[in-house]
Amino acid sequence: MPEVSTQERSPAFRTDVKLTEESLLTDDFVRQLINVGEVDILVGLPTHNNSKTIGPVVAAIQGGLLQWFPRERAAIINADAGSRDGTPDLVANAAIDDMQRRAFNRSALRTLHSISTQYGSSIAPGAALRTILAAAELLRARACAVISPESTSIQPEWLRALLKPIYKEDSDLVLPTYARHKFDGLLITNLLYPMTRALYGLRIREPYASEFAFSGRMGSQFLAQTSWNDDGVRDGCEVRFTLAAIASGFRVSQSFVGTKPHVERHAADLVPALRQTIGVLFSSMEPNFSLWSGKTGSQAVPTTGAEQQFTLEPLRVNRKRLHEGFRTGVAELGSIFQSILLPDTLAELQRLAHQEEDDFHYPADLWVKTIYEFAAAHHRAVISRDHVIQALAPLFRGRAFTFLVENRDSSASEVESHIETLCLEFERQKPYLLEMWNGRK
Amino acid sequence: MREMIVSELTQAAQEFARGFARLLPRLIVLVIIAFVGWLIAYLLKVIVRSILRLIKFDRLSENAGASQLLAKAALPSSSELLSRLVFWVAWLGFILLGVSALGILGLQEQIAHFFLFLPRLFVALFIMFFGLLAASFFSRAALLATVNANLPSPRLLSASIRAIIIVFVLSMVLEVLGIGEQTMLVAFGIAFGAIMLGLAIAFGTGGKELAREFLERRFAHRHEDKENEDELSPL
Repeated sequence: MPEVSTQERSPAFRTDVKLTEESLLTDDFVRQLINVGEVDILVGLPTHNNSKTIGPVVAAIQGGLLQWFPRERAAIINADAGSRDGTPDLVANAAIDDMQRRAFNRSALRTLHSISTQYGSSIAPGAALRTILAAAELLRARACAVISPESTSIQPEWLRALLKPIYKEDSDLVLPTYARHKFDGLLITNLLYPMTRALYGLRIREPYASEFAFSGRMGSQFLAQTSWNDDGVRDGCEVRFTLAAIASGFRVSQSFVGTKPHVERHAADLVPALRQTIGVLFSSMEPNFSLWSGKTGSQAVPTTGAEQQFTLEPLRVNRKRLHEGFRTGVAELGSIFQSILLPDTLAELQRLAHQEEDDFHYPADLWVKTIYEFAAAHHRAVISRDHVIQALAPLFRGRAFTFLVENRDSSASEVESHIETLCLEFERQKPYLLEMWNGRK
Repeated sequence: MREMIVSELTQAAQEFARGFARLLPRLIVLVIIAFVGWLIAYLLKVIVRSILRLIKFDRLSENAGASQLLAKAALPSSSELLSRLVFWVAWLGFILLGVSALGILGLQEQIAHFFLFLPRLFVALFIMFFGLLAASFFSRAALLATVNANLPSPRLLSASIRAIIIVFVLSMVLEVLGIGEQTMLVAFGIAFGAIMLGLAIAFGTGGKELAREFLERRFAHRHEDKENEDELSPL
């Protein structure tokens, strides 16, 4: 077992620790951090009852750090939301043995610290991220990564892909690109990615990333500038983090990491997903108006490896449920849509709602128009902003249905081409968004 | 005889003239107060209207569903209506102040009652407005939640929630105004109890099938779906 140098253990700590951090982190946690001293790399692991998947994830993180960063001082920080299945113990005790250590890298010199802390009793990704950011600032980490405890397909190489551009190059935020099923992440491919791209002019494939890496300076800035008591920050911190990097002019890049596991979701997950992504995106438009209003077109961001890959294995999907969701939504929410949409757009949607499943087609131009009208309604707060986001759910189901039908037999390149067409439509109609935003329509 | 009649008439005319002479300055005071009151009330109306426009009160009222009600009744916008109300209440207040200057006994007591009633009127209006706002918000929230959860009869549920809140708000408003306090309390108790009992019976008997359907869809079908079809991950 390699010795831990005294230098490494010395608590060469910043004396300007902020009061907010002091109150945020528990005494015990701070003591453990002091024992660690400064680190080069920090890996954050937000958890809540993940005992089934956490083992391989921690093993992959440890393997990745030993294999790709053998001489760097590193720590794994587990921010737990009060798991009752022993997740923090699994993380803390998942010490890699000497044999495995040698298998990864013979020259690994450093002790890998692993610390668990409980940040609260409710699951709030924002609170977990805040704990990780505060720990990273205290440990003066140069590069940090956040890894999802549900990423069962994670490989040690993911750590290299995410951290290298930060640690060895000059990136400030590294977002992943994955190989994922063509029908997974429909909210991202049909709305979040195209709209973020149209607004901010950057082709970021995964603005909502469950794994990402960032520089210490970006983490510190985000920690200091964010109002952490807002509900939106607590729930949609991933997208907010990405948008903050764009707005502050940090260098954003992408790295292909590998296959994203297919996570089973329920229909009820759609509204929270919309809040965490589109709600945050819409909210960001107001403070960033001067940034996005003048942007036209889009440009690629530096990407290591493939930009995005689609897998095509057969997947049985209940399309009928999506179609029904759209029809019911348009029929029942007419009074709400009247406050949000222009009469022409609403009439067009009502016409679509009368189409049978076989004939149903929610075209890209109408979808983009709908979204831009929703964004403007959110800006003007014509009704409660959360209600605007909730009202989008049935319409998204209609668009998802069309995407599934359009790409039923499509190859990966055809799917990519359809997504690109949609993105260009979002970019083309941006003047319409500005008109709506400024209340000229 | 004739002289007596003339004398009485003369005396009556003189008394009337004296009374009128005593009343005339008060009438002039009444007219002046009414005129100044009109000016102040008009000024208040303009100020209130500007403030309401500044805080986008019409949009708030639209969200509360009050604008739709007003439009159906062919009434002006809520900010206009409220500013007019302020004008009339203020002017009426000044007129009554002037009338009290006439010193007519009995009338003064009624005027005092009116001024005591004013704060309650404003509290009632306040409760009414925010009650409508709450009714609109919660009925819309219920409608969205029901539609997104794919539950049956979303509009019925939403309308029921709105109706219950409005009934509750109206009973509060009438209680504040002191109109048929006891009657309203009893009527509300009976109506609310009847609605709840009706709902309980309806759910217990008529909704048996619906509940079974709901539970089946919620649990049994979900397992079936899981076996046959994958759920799409939106993220």
